[in-house]
Amino acid sequence: MNVKILGTGCPKCKRLEEKVKAVIIMNSIDANVDKVTDMEEIMSYNIMRTPGLVINDKMVSSGVIPKDEDILKWLKEA
Amino acid sequence: MFDWLKYISDLLIFNLIGLSDQSHIGAALNFFIYDTIKIFILLFIITFLMGIVNSYFPIERIRNFLSRNKLYGMEYLFASLFGAVTPFCSCSSVPLFIGFVKGGIPLGVTFAFLVTSPLINEVAVAIFIGTFGIKVTLIYVISGILLGVISGVILGKLKLEYLLTDWVKKVWLDAEKENDKFRTEKLPFIKRVPYIIIDAWGIIKSVALYVVIGIAIGAGMHGYIPQGFFEQYIGKDTWYAIPMAVILGVPMYANAAGIIPVIQVFVAKGIPIGTSLSFMMAVVGLSVPEAILLKKVMTGKLIAVFFGVVTVCIIISGYMFNLLF
Repeated sequence: MNVKILGTGCPKCKRLEEKVKAVIIMNSIDANVDKVTDMEEIMSYNIMRTPGLVINDKMVSSGVIPKDEDILKWLKEA
Repeated sequence: MFDWLKYISDLLIFNLIGLSDQSHIGAALNFFIYDTIKIFILLFIITFLMGIVNSYFPIERIRNFLSRNKLYGMEYLFASLFGAVTPFCSCSSVPLFIGFVKGGIPLGVTFAFLVTSPLINEVAVAIFIGTFGIKVTLIYVISGILLGVISGVILGKLKLEYLLTDWVKKVWLDAEKENDKFRTEKLPFIKRVPYIIIDAWGIIKSVALYVVIGIAIGAGMHGYIPQGFFEQYIGKDTWYAIPMAVILGVPMYANAAGIIPVIQVFVAKGIPIGTSLSFMMAVVGLSVPEAILLKKVMTGKLIAVFFGVVTVCIIISGYMFNLLF
């Protein structure tokens, strides 16, 4: 599974990255997390607020830091 | 509204700790305790209220509204108003900008949004109410919105699209009216509240330190700088004070949270309020870090024109404030 964090490096983006990584480890999910910082690539996802969370090329959230259980749900659905 | 708090802080400092209300340290500590608690209460109320608005009108929805409807010139006002109610984070300004361009929203309207967004935000408004009171806050908010509209209209008239960076120009040419329906979650209000509170708490936590430092500096100055101290240097008739304050303020990057309590003391000690307000607007509205971020979407020339127009508008509004008060 491919997970991407879209963000230019604001504190919220870093927190989201930590959170997602923690959820993946805690639930031993097989996924690699990429951080996307290039603005043009970020914008290709039609996002207007960072951070964005993309799972298997589908954007699941933007502008917010979702709850752990939501992140886990999306990871399991993907 | 905060009489009870004044009573408690008086009781604490002058009776319990036993400092004299005539001493510098007593006055400063009293001011600090009172202002800190008051401002944090206001911060919570305002961020919560703004959070409710944002929960129902997220930025995607605003974009679609501006993109789809023919508004006959009112789009500048709407964009500026929306800029005021959306929370601003400088790292979001570029995605926002591109999102607007993608939706086929005119550049001038996008600028109107971009000017007001940092200028009027929940943190600034809360601290403004706490330090300057409702009346000055209203004047600040209304003039901030007008400033966005006027700068937006001027920048729109200048037809600056050719100064966008190349990849943004491509986005610009491919722009189309947003047709995809924005899917809103039909969450009942009561279920939204926890999310809104978590967000509000996050915002407060991120500015808390600046607020406390700002109030501490303000409190220190409050107790030690004599009344009317600045009047001898900068009065209303010092014509060059406003342009100087604004030009000094533009490159500065201060958290609104930290700067407002300090400015309030300047006003209390004799600096004209118009001069202070325009300085504030310059500090909060424009900054070097923002310019650097915008470099990704605009050429240096466009940034210079953008900052130039807004700076001139702030200077003019400064003179108007001083006339009004």
